[in-house]
Amino acid sequence: MAGAAETARKAERDDIRKRWLLSAPALLIIFFAAAGPLAIVVVYSFLEPGSYGDVRWTFSTDAWVSVILQRDIFDETLSIADAHVAIFWRSVLLSLATTVFAFLFGFPTAYFIATRPERTRALWLFLITIPFWTNLLIRTFAIQEVIRNEGLLNVALMKLGLISAPIQIIYTDTAIMIGMLYVYLPLMVLPLYASMEKLDFRLVEAGYDLYATRFQVLRRIILPMVKPGIVAGSILVFIPSLGAYVTPRILGGGRNLMLGNLIELQFGQGRNWPLGASLSITLLVIVMAALLIYIRYAGTGGRNHG
Amino acid sequence: MPESPDRNAIEIRRVSKFFGGGDAPVKALDTVSVAIRENEFFTLLGPSGCGKTTLLRLIAGFDFPTDGEILLHGQDIAPLPPYKRPVNTVFQSYALFPHLTVAQNIAFGLEMLGRPKAEIDARVTQMLKLVRMEELRNRSTAQISGGQQQRVALARALAPQPKVLLLDEPLSALDFKLRKEMQIELKRLQHETGITFIFVTHDQEEALTMSDRIAVMSAGNILQVGSPKDIYDRPAVRFVADFIGETNFLEATVESSSDGRAGVRLGSGAVIEASVPEGFSSTGKVTVVIRPEHARLAEAGGELSGKLSNIVYFGTDTHFHVDLDVGGTFIVREQNTRDDRRRAREGDRVSIVVGKGAAQVLRD
Ligand SMILES: Nc1ncnc2c1ncn2[C@@H]1O[C@H](COP(=O)(O)OP(=O)(O)OP(=O)(O)O)[C@@H](O)[C@H]1O
Ligand SMILES: [Mg+2]
Repeated sequence: MAGAAETARKAERDDIRKRWLLSAPALLIIFFAAAGPLAIVVVYSFLEPGSYGDVRWTFSTDAWVSVILQRDIFDETLSIADAHVAIFWRSVLLSLATTVFAFLFGFPTAYFIATRPERTRALWLFLITIPFWTNLLIRTFAIQEVIRNEGLLNVALMKLGLISAPIQIIYTDTAIMIGMLYVYLPLMVLPLYASMEKLDFRLVEAGYDLYATRFQVLRRIILPMVKPGIVAGSILVFIPSLGAYVTPRILGGGRNLMLGNLIELQFGQGRNWPLGASLSITLLVIVMAALLIYIRYAGTGGRNHG
Repeated sequence: MPESPDRNAIEIRRVSKFFGGGDAPVKALDTVSVAIRENEFFTLLGPSGCGKTTLLRLIAGFDFPTDGEILLHGQDIAPLPPYKRPVNTVFQSYALFPHLTVAQNIAFGLEMLGRPKAEIDARVTQMLKLVRMEELRNRSTAQISGGQQQRVALARALAPQPKVLLLDEPLSALDFKLRKEMQIELKRLQHETGITFIFVTHDQEEALTMSDRIAVMSAGNILQVGSPKDIYDRPAVRFVADFIGETNFLEATVESSSDGRAGVRLGSGAVIEASVPEGFSSTGKVTVVIRPEHARLAEAGGELSGKLSNIVYFGTDTHFHVDLDVGGTFIVREQNTRDDRRRAREGDRVSIVVGKGAAQVLRD
């Protein structure tokens, strides 16, 4: 009897060891690709900037102070860093707007695909993912080509006589948003489609049967049921928008900075790596806070399915 | 509450339904006509794929007839979208809203109709009581049993007080005991609410025990409409006789006929009296059906004779399989009693006495 128990215990120990071995690659990747670099960023944010970039290995909280405060050059008093706050604010607003518009465009698109016959759905999804085949930079230049003052849109509108002078879109916040919307729209469509595909359309019929109009069916049945997709899509669009770098750089023309550009500036021309590091961590915190608020808010009432 | 029982709640007029255009459309319904009376428990009975669900979906408005019209209380309902029809459905899959509680599911229809809150609350409570689900009102519908889901589906469809309730095989997913209970409960509900029920099943016993009238369907056609007794005792066509219960089919020749009755000569030479379907007259060869319990075994003097090939004991009754002298097998069913009178044995020669009025001539 005791022998059997001993064997069982040994088997269990072997099992545990095997599990650790099997998950080792994942743990290594998590450590070196996520935790490691993050630790370096945290350490750098508490150092002093070197004169030609890089860092000096002396402890300092200056970088953190200057995330939102600035020291007056002459009397050394501290005041709110308006430029930084404005950039934070613009980043959040533009990302929110991008997410909302991505939902407004993505929802009908996903619904359209999900209601196609099964054979043709794969084709539609394929079309949605085609932009991913092209480099982000090239896609952004393509957008620029469309919306610049002598671009496709303005020329077409002027030829049609709808406007007499080009509309200034390029190098505005609107341009940044259009660019991000274009780039991140598939990230909204795909999770929305995934949850809509699982939607039981018999529930839609049940809704009609119980006197719900089209709009009521959409609001009371379809939206709550695809909520997981909405949550996932919004997160996937909001996060990269917040840290976007290429799009605001090209379409914002260098005047309308977003967080990503500000951070890049510190590591480049600004030669202030610790500030860049602390701004990066700030971005991370904003994203995490937004996620927590959003998931908590979106999570209520949507627990019972999926 | 029951209104005049002779008014038609639903009238189906020469309705056809084809699925898919092109070269090979699927014919789901083929010029079906039937009238369903107010406050009736009307059952559509037929094998899988015969078009039962299709007919319900046309009445509910989820699909449109390719041809023909559907009247509700004499009004053509073709222009009404499903959410404007005073018709509710208990779906085969229940289709309860998983993101809502039991009570919210039941309230849904009333909310969409814009009823005042107080009325909705009162009605939901009343419905919960009707289907005996009061304790589970705030449960999520994902956390209740199949039978409970079925009752919620029923309550949800009944709450807006529709004129007509469509039930698509609502009991098929339940186990035997629960199904029996729900059958009784459904009858009770129909009686209490006075709503017209159109009930779909492919279970003949369920149809016979629950319905006021039954329509037997096959391959997109309604073959016969009648009371359970009509359908069972006087099947008009072979499919109906075969689909419901066990039956003996015999070839016969019509000798004489007069208002609804006919004298037919069986293969054995004996002439028996048989009833004839309405509006049917034939002088040639016909098929006659006799239910196994409408005949009995005798030692001699019956209309048919043969050799007893098989005896099957069923507890309540016994089936005797007789190889007829004229060819074919005839089954006789006799109720079992506890007296030990002498029983026939396999291999015995027996005579079969056909009861009076037991035989029915088929149309085909
Ligand atoms: N949407 C559709 N497209 C094509 N054919 C269909 C469609 N719906 C039903 N059919 C066909 O129409 C016929 C009738 O179908 P229906 O669903 O009405 O059968 P049913 O009597 O309800 O069967 P069951 O007892 O299996 O539910 C079947 O042959 C079916 O294949
Ligand atoms: Mg069906």
